[in-house]
Amino acid sequence: MQLRTLVWREIFERKNQLATSFLAILLGITAIVAIKNITFYSEKAVSRELDALGANILVLPKSATVQDYYSADMQDETFPEAYVTQLSTSDLKGLDNLSPKLSVPVTLQGRKFTLTGILPKSEFQAKAMWEGAGIFTRPEEGCGEIADMPDVFKPPVKETLVRKRVIDDLGPEEALVGADVGQLLKIAEGDYLDLLGQTFKVSAVLPQTGTVDDSRVFAHLHTVQEMTDQGAVINAIEIVGCCQEISAGLVQKINKLLPDAKVVTVTQVVDTQVKTNQMMASLSTVFLVIIVLVGGASIANYMYANVFERRREIGTLMALGAGSSVILRMFLLKGLLLGLVGGIGGYILGTVFAVTFGPRLAGIAVMPMPVLVLWAVGLSVGIALVASCLPARNAARLDPCATFQEI
Amino acid sequence: MLRMEGVSKSYNHRASAVTALRDANVQMDRGDYVSIVGPSGSGKSTLLLMLGGMLSPTGGRVIVDGASLYDMTPNQRAAFRKKNIGFVFQTFNLVPYLTAVENVQIPLFLAGKDEATQRDQANRLLERVGLSDRLDHKPSELSVGQQQRVALARVLANDPAVILADEPTGNLDPETSKQVIDFLDELNKEGRTIVMVTHDPRAAERAKSTLRLVEGTVLNGKAEPSLIAHG
Ligand SMILES: Nc1ncnc2c1ncn2[C@@H]1O[C@H](COP(=O)(O)OP(=O)(O)OP(=O)(O)O)[C@@H](O)[C@H]1O
Ligand SMILES: [Mg+2]
Repeated sequence: MQLRTLVWREIFERKNQLATSFLAILLGITAIVAIKNITFYSEKAVSRELDALGANILVLPKSATVQDYYSADMQDETFPEAYVTQLSTSDLKGLDNLSPKLSVPVTLQGRKFTLTGILPKSEFQAKAMWEGAGIFTRPEEGCGEIADMPDVFKPPVKETLVRKRVIDDLGPEEALVGADVGQLLKIAEGDYLDLLGQTFKVSAVLPQTGTVDDSRVFAHLHTVQEMTDQGAVINAIEIVGCCQEISAGLVQKINKLLPDAKVVTVTQVVDTQVKTNQMMASLSTVFLVIIVLVGGASIANYMYANVFERRREIGTLMALGAGSSVILRMFLLKGLLLGLVGGIGGYILGTVFAVTFGPRLAGIAVMPMPVLVLWAVGLSVGIALVASCLPARNAARLDPCATFQEI
Repeated sequence: MLRMEGVSKSYNHRASAVTALRDANVQMDRGDYVSIVGPSGSGKSTLLLMLGGMLSPTGGRVIVDGASLYDMTPNQRAAFRKKNIGFVFQTFNLVPYLTAVENVQIPLFLAGKDEATQRDQANRLLERVGLSDRLDHKPSELSVGQQQRVALARVLANDPAVILADEPTGNLDPETSKQVIDFLDELNKEGRTIVMVTHDPRAAERAKSTLRLVEGTVLNGKAEPSLIAHG
């Protein structure tokens, strides 16, 4: 027999009394794991959206909504490409990167896709008046960094690098194909595509991004303009702006410069998501406080009762030669076990909940996060041990003889 | 050798002090078999607990094998009990959620023996008290007499030189009582010192000597020879 045998047997002998406090800690940990799990993926979704956008200011036609831009990525309305020149030649500070875009619907092998015209980096450099332009990417460092914005993760840079490389040079008869398009139509690099009567060579299939980009085909902006007979128009300009300048009213200044366009910042785009995340974060704090208070009090209460009920047994152990440290360890080990099982159980339940209901609650896919098990167990064991401390010390200090005479 | 030097004990009970033992001077030699008798409330249990290092006296000293028990720290006393003293209780005090063999294993576990040794020795001890077919029974699944025999096996686990029994037959029928008394006899013959509180005259007469307590006072400090057994 070992101390843990003793503790384990006692737990199973009187498991009913334990049930309430165990349930308190189990459900508390479950709730907190579920919230943390969902929040993590929700925040990831935000950062992915920002990354896909690659910019933090959008210039859109007056009547277009941000949702249009996101969901369908199609606007019937356009505005002159001259706006880009107007912006770049203005004396506005903090414009790091301008990416004009024109999107039109196309049909490929009977399926509908979006053809988006973009300006390759080489053209920007040829014009020489814009510095460091990249279509989808924002500078990896410097003032345009989205990471400076509150509640938003720094986007993963790796994913964008591939795109950046291929977008550096895009010939008038070359096309880039989004991952989903490539997969659906079985298109590979080097293949030829017929788009609106013109043949394009596929210079790359873009890696999966989990965004609308995956179901798009990209070609040179000017080629798309010619093909659609629309003249020099675009329906969006993505801008990487300096955060300091944005907070200093850059959006308003652009608005003044281009009164016929609509200027929005990305924070507005992902606003609902960010709001959900903030709510989740505060909910998680509330739960943390509740679980510490309720779980801790419930365990402490149970432990006191348990010590009282077992004082005769404690006296017997002392009579048999158990020192106070054995008694102390006996109750702390019980607290530890309680916390351990509650933490692991709570992690499993919470993860199952998050994965099952995450998509319905937050509209995002949620995967299990093994790292949360450490978090759950740490918290649960911490609470259980702290709550068991005083009762265990009381038990260790019991007057052994008193424990016999009362009964 | 057990010695009490001017030991007294008073309990504080609702602001008034209850004297349970008054200036007790007692000496018992190694290998003695002493019964303690006296009316209820006369302080028998109090005296026994103090001999076993379980209850601090209000005054005086308790000396076991040359060591003054209450000059030690509580943990030192626990270690001393673990090595030298075995308790037998009227209500057996078995741990209810452990099986017979596990109950006997407790002192061996406390002594730091490994599990195989624990199991082995506990089996042998239960065999000695005739319970080898009840190893895995919980106390609630044993008869009262069997429970007391488990308690006796448990007492022997740490091979104590001194056994302190508080009314070990108080809850037993005459037949089982006799078995227990016979067993204590046997342990005394092995050279262990036995001190037994009892109300049962037949049990008391088996002891080599008797201590009489009345209202907290020991009537005969050097235990007098038992009248019936020794003439
Ligand atoms: N914890 C306590 N608090 C207050 N008084 C106590 C306590 N324990 C014992 N006493 C008192 O001390 C006296 C002696 O008690 P003790 O238990 O030693 O008697 P006893 O001789 O063993 O009696 P019995 O034969 O009934 O077991 C009694 O008067 C009792 O009321
Ligand atoms: Mg008594």
